[in-house]
Amino acid sequence: MADTDTLPPADDTAVNPVGGIDQAVGNFQYDVNYEFDAGTGLTEDTVRYISSVKKEAPWILEFRLKALQTFLDKPMPTHWATKDLENIDFSKIRYYLSQGQKPKRTWDEVPDDIKQTFERLGIPEQERKFLAGVEAQFDSEAAYSNIKDIVAKQGVIFCNSTEALREHPEIFKKFFGKVIPTGDNKFSALNSAVFSGGSFIYVPPGVKVAQPLQAYFRINAENFGQFERTLIIADEGSEVVYMEGCTAPKFSTSTLHSAVVELVALKGAKIQYITVQNWANNVFNLVTKRGVAHEDAEIKWIDCNIGSRLTMKYPGVVLKGKRARGEVISIALANDGQHQDTGAKMIHAADDTTSVIVAKSISVGQGRSTYRGQVHIPKHLKGCKNNTECDALLINTNSRTDTYPAITVRGDTHAVQHEASVSKVSEEQIFYMQQRGLTEAQAMSLAVNGFVNDLVRQFPMEYSVELKRLIDLEMEGSVG
Amino acid sequence: MHTLEIRDLHVALTESPDKPIVKGFSLTIKTGEVHAIMGPNGTGKSTLSKAIAGHPDYAITSGDVLIDGKSILEMEPDERARAGLFLAFQYPSEIPGVSIANFLRAAVQARLAEGEELDATGYYKKLYSKMDLLKIDRKFTSRSVNEGFSGGEKKRCEILQMAMLEPTFALMDETDSGLDIDALKIVAEGVSAMRGDKLGVMLITHYQRLLDHIVPDFVHVMYDGRIVKSGDKSLAFELEAKGYDWVKNELVTA
Repeated sequence: MADTDTLPPADDTAVNPVGGIDQAVGNFQYDVNYEFDAGTGLTEDTVRYISSVKKEAPWILEFRLKALQTFLDKPMPTHWATKDLENIDFSKIRYYLSQGQKPKRTWDEVPDDIKQTFERLGIPEQERKFLAGVEAQFDSEAAYSNIKDIVAKQGVIFCNSTEALREHPEIFKKFFGKVIPTGDNKFSALNSAVFSGGSFIYVPPGVKVAQPLQAYFRINAENFGQFERTLIIADEGSEVVYMEGCTAPKFSTSTLHSAVVELVALKGAKIQYITVQNWANNVFNLVTKRGVAHEDAEIKWIDCNIGSRLTMKYPGVVLKGKRARGEVISIALANDGQHQDTGAKMIHAADDTTSVIVAKSISVGQGRSTYRGQVHIPKHLKGCKNNTECDALLINTNSRTDTYPAITVRGDTHAVQHEASVSKVSEEQIFYMQQRGLTEAQAMSLAVNGFVNDLVRQFPMEYSVELKRLIDLEMEGSVG
Repeated sequence: MHTLEIRDLHVALTESPDKPIVKGFSLTIKTGEVHAIMGPNGTGKSTLSKAIAGHPDYAITSGDVLIDGKSILEMEPDERARAGLFLAFQYPSEIPGVSIANFLRAAVQARLAEGEELDATGYYKKLYSKMDLLKIDRKFTSRSVNEGFSGGEKKRCEILQMAMLEPTFALMDETDSGLDIDALKIVAEGVSAMRGDKLGVMLITHYQRLLDHIVPDFVHVMYDGRIVKSGDKSLAFELEAKGYDWVKNELVTA
């Protein structure tokens, strides 16, 4: 069937004088013929439909149906989270859309209109680099995927989760839903019921994946929820870096994005998971991300949240083995009408484990940023360390920030440090920069970029450039 | 040749416009000239320079400031800067996380026409040559602007910016304050090196000692918001010898 979403592509006239970037970049949409569409609303039939389209094994359907029940039974977490969650109308969301395509192996096989969409993401030079190794998701299914030979030669499995369920059920099943159980929260249950797409990565013992594995994906249909499911397993002594970035088109009605990402770092393995996201400001982005770090393993989340109406995301690490290390580096920018409710969770479950949280947030206009951190070190452990630092920058007088750090430490051999700061860009700073010839907006942009600079440096080069552009775009119109 | 004309300027704090600080200050500076403004504390020297640069805390209640006959008072601070006005701050702001190199790069970029891209190689070449001129270590520019700087480093950073941005008129507000004699010499050498027919300088200072190193063409004594005495560099020596009370007394008896 042809479901033509008729928003015309935005014209190219709006040009950002600062970054030389098309401002309407997140504002376009191309017609896509959806061969598979589960319709709107969520019932058992929806789940059965998704499972049958994907030709899934019976255990997966069973898993999905159980998850649906959990989702329906669980109340909204509005006793601690924002009441805005109540505005999500689950009956108006489409839970599955697909072009019915098999993931592509070569760039030539990718349809032109999809290439065009990638082109307009504004990262052409980077494209060329990652096209060979990327798993890029277009709507629910990967429209393009090409596992770089070298990765496959190393025995690394990198594919979308649907394919992984079909081709590697034994590895998948062993770890799937173990880090984040279905009932962890209402939205992890929702994802478990209707998940589609997302990446699956398995790195064999001792393999160090030289180049970061990347996935770009977009939401491209109105009222369409994206529920990808990512599972990354780094076997003993292996290393992998995964990057995800998203830019979503802007739509008038709300869109729900609810992903689940599970990481497993076995003994001595290292996983770095990097996210840069720029959701349209009608998107509810409710994501559960967690990793388990075994003995001497290391998991690092680097996370940047820009855009969306409401983001709730607290990447976590369960430090399960001795000397395991967990780190969360996060940047959040909340503009008018946006609420970034982000933070981190560090659950220490073995001796001599270390966790680090560095969170910086920027609130612009009436934007609101919230930091929620949970650090748990129980009494029976020895020699655990946590260092938490959260800094908030307020741009306008009506901007808002809240900090809710919850640190529970029992026992007397642990070292815990917590620092928090709130600052404002001063009039004096802005005048100083203006005196050097920068406009007020450029000055503000520079001050904000400076505020997050030490964290931005931890992103790969091309991401940090993109991030700077995104911040520049967000800061436009914040002054005056 | 260019001119900066300050015409019967009256300035007050924006929040209390009925309490004037600068009261009828007039001076014309031409490129190629260095004018020293001397005077006791609280006489309105810093207020004058900030008001000319367009600081929002200060309101110009009457009078005018013109560059080449064109009033700049309707211009935003950044437009004034791009029109060739540079203020070396007495207390420069810190900009955490922004390196001097990147800050200056943004400032140079801001002076280019729209769509024109900065030539990075040329920029760094120029930056390094200016740093050599001012005897500044290469590592300096990777530090965040003014963050954790000593008094001397802050002033040197101001001078480096001035050298890079090549203003037509520089207002230097107590550039000598907080400097030991070695730092003072370096700063003075830097200013002297930039001196020439393309630059006009208004040098605000409390002490005569800076004028040993930057010899001014004109010296003006500011008192109670305006110029009360003008002369050449010998006036500075006279002030140093007799103190500001001499000017005060002269005013009373006049």
